[in-house]
Amino acid sequence: MSKTSESKPPISRRSALKTLGVGAGAAALPMWARYANAQTSEPIRIGFQKHATGIGASYGRWYDRTSQAAVKMINAGGGINGRMVELVTEDDGTDPKRGAEVVEKFATQHKCDVAFGTLFSHVVIGSAPRAGELKLPYFVVSEGHHVASGMLNRYTLQPGITDVKSQVQAMAPFVASNLGKKVTMIFPDFAFGHDHRDYFSAAIEAQGGEVVQMIAIPPAETSFTKYFPKIPRETEVIYHVMVGPAVLTFVKELGEFFGPSRPEIFGFIDSLEAVDLASPGLEYLEGTYFWEGNPRYAQADQSEYDKNFRAAVGVDENGASVNDSKDISTYAHMFGCWETLNIIKAGMESSGYAGPQDRSKLIEAVEAITDIPHSNAHPQGAKLFNGKTHQVFGQQYITKVTNGKLILAHTAGIEDTLYPDEVDYTKQSF
Amino acid sequence: MSENGKIILLHTGLIALLLALNFILPAYHHGNIARVMVLASYAIGYNILLGYTGLLSLGHALFFAAGMYGMGLSIRHLGFSPAPALMMGIAAGALVSVAIGALALRTSGVAFMIVTLMFAQAGYLTILLFGKWTRGDEGFVIQQAERILWGIDLSDANNRYLAALVLFALCLFAALWLVRHPVGRVFVAIRENEERAQLLGYNVFLYKLAAVVASGTISAAAGASYGLLFGYAGATFATVQYSIFPLLWVLLGGMGTVIGPFLGAVFMFYLIDLSSGITNAYMLIAGVALVLLTLFAPQGIGGEFRRRVWGWLP
Repeated sequence: MSKTSESKPPISRRSALKTLGVGAGAAALPMWARYANAQTSEPIRIGFQKHATGIGASYGRWYDRTSQAAVKMINAGGGINGRMVELVTEDDGTDPKRGAEVVEKFATQHKCDVAFGTLFSHVVIGSAPRAGELKLPYFVVSEGHHVASGMLNRYTLQPGITDVKSQVQAMAPFVASNLGKKVTMIFPDFAFGHDHRDYFSAAIEAQGGEVVQMIAIPPAETSFTKYFPKIPRETEVIYHVMVGPAVLTFVKELGEFFGPSRPEIFGFIDSLEAVDLASPGLEYLEGTYFWEGNPRYAQADQSEYDKNFRAAVGVDENGASVNDSKDISTYAHMFGCWETLNIIKAGMESSGYAGPQDRSKLIEAVEAITDIPHSNAHPQGAKLFNGKTHQVFGQQYITKVTNGKLILAHTAGIEDTLYPDEVDYTKQSF
Repeated sequence: MSENGKIILLHTGLIALLLALNFILPAYHHGNIARVMVLASYAIGYNILLGYTGLLSLGHALFFAAGMYGMGLSIRHLGFSPAPALMMGIAAGALVSVAIGALALRTSGVAFMIVTLMFAQAGYLTILLFGKWTRGDEGFVIQQAERILWGIDLSDANNRYLAALVLFALCLFAALWLVRHPVGRVFVAIRENEERAQLLGYNVFLYKLAAVVASGTISAAAGASYGLLFGYAGATFATVQYSIFPLLWVLLGGMGTVIGPFLGAVFMFYLIDLSSGITNAYMLIAGVALVLLTLFAPQGIGGEFRRRVWGWLP
């Protein structure tokens, strides 16, 4: 047997594979060419200021997952102005000093087109001055009233989530007409709690109700029993907003104090975001009401948009991760990241955004947005954007704990959330 | 060259180098170094107490915050312009440090650490308690229009850098002057052997109080400048974390060296900045670096320079 005939069969496996490979590559050419074409232009870089560590970490984890899912969807749809979107993530440690440094890093080192994603108000307030000075559009997802109050600057916008002032005032009509008019408020004794105290007491008075007692809980408090005797007997509704891990103790001790004959209880879900309602000690919440930015449990009349949003982010019908039923999402807030990224896309497309030189055009384009329809891009519901105050307004949900699940009891319309403008950012120069 | 000449040359050289960097640094690092200079000024204040007087405080955030809020609140509520506001911040820091020093110095050692820590915690809670004026944990913005000092817009990157450099230079040379002044020598004598200093006839309490006030006032100047330069005052700066930072900077940079706080602040800043790009557990990296440095260079970077190269380093 000759050597040649032994080593070179007419068609070897390798050459067959090679031919097949080339053939497959040629067949897929149009798709490949399109991909290569998209890569010729730089991606749009969105700096994501993530609370990866510090007190905001559980929010940060879900804000990240939601943002990644939104970017994936935007890119699957062809990106923005034909360019892919790239999320540049930096941890701000949920700290305002580091937050400001991260904003600087986005603007001057990562060369991001915009910055986005901050939740905690003190980080927003610490970072926004730097964003304004660096002329970097800064899209926050914070629900703080800081943007609409006029404290910040033209470069800071909140188009994806409503602010605490509108949320709180929208609760008053429901509370007054369904739960009671004499309210005792229990809130943490820091800025977030004070916002609730001030806005809700004004709103309930406008509904003919009154706040009969305000109980401010000092930060770092671990036991609440000593505060409960301050709740007046005439109280018809307890309005609570507690932030942090102490909420479990709070609910347990509230249950021990009142037993079965309790007043109505209404709370903000913020305390229980990323917390399983089946956690021991939370049984007492059965039959109580919560504000939710977006209902955690898929409701009977769930929209196609919510279904799509859940699937894209990887959240099941109970608001937990599809991979781990104990990993509860921050569902009431995280839609804000999804919706904000879609607003950035809409703004960049309508302004023909091509690069940092168009940042002011982008802001003007977002300021020009008014009605935002309920859609896949805005799964929480229809919204109204106020270009002057840089703040979005939208419907609010009130759910009732029924058999351990949060079931929708009332939807407050956008009109309930509106209040007079406190600033006109469009008058500020760029 | 005489020792004195070398000392002047080194410290002036550092300032000259920082001035030169103003013109060549890329935007990101330019901003970082401006920030580091303000933080290093804070650490210089801390070092007077820890490095030269041997008093370990865990409550310096109180002085930093006193400066920041003294400045910020007088702009926000009294409508002050930056110059008097800055003076208010420094005065607030001086006042608070006199009060805290007078009380805390009745203790020593571990008790001093705990008392200063508790005072700082009380200060933090006071900021939250008076949320109506301080905006509590959220803090407040010092608007761009309120940050124009003698016609110079401090929100401009270049002006901010130069302002930070002026502050840093003032603190550096003030510290250099102080530690070489007879009063500074008494601080060192107290650090080395308090009983002996007392035996020599020095009123140790008074000298220690002077050290607390000098340290607290410089820290307050840094806090007031930080708020003014970066446009924000918030309660986070009064938390225990911000009492630990200057301790770390000073330990890393070299306790009891005038240049050490700067070296520590710049090292730590970039350590966190770079390691946070790699992992979320960046404080672990900072911790490991600190352990390694303590093991292999127990006197910090500046201290090692003094031990190995520059024996004359003050």
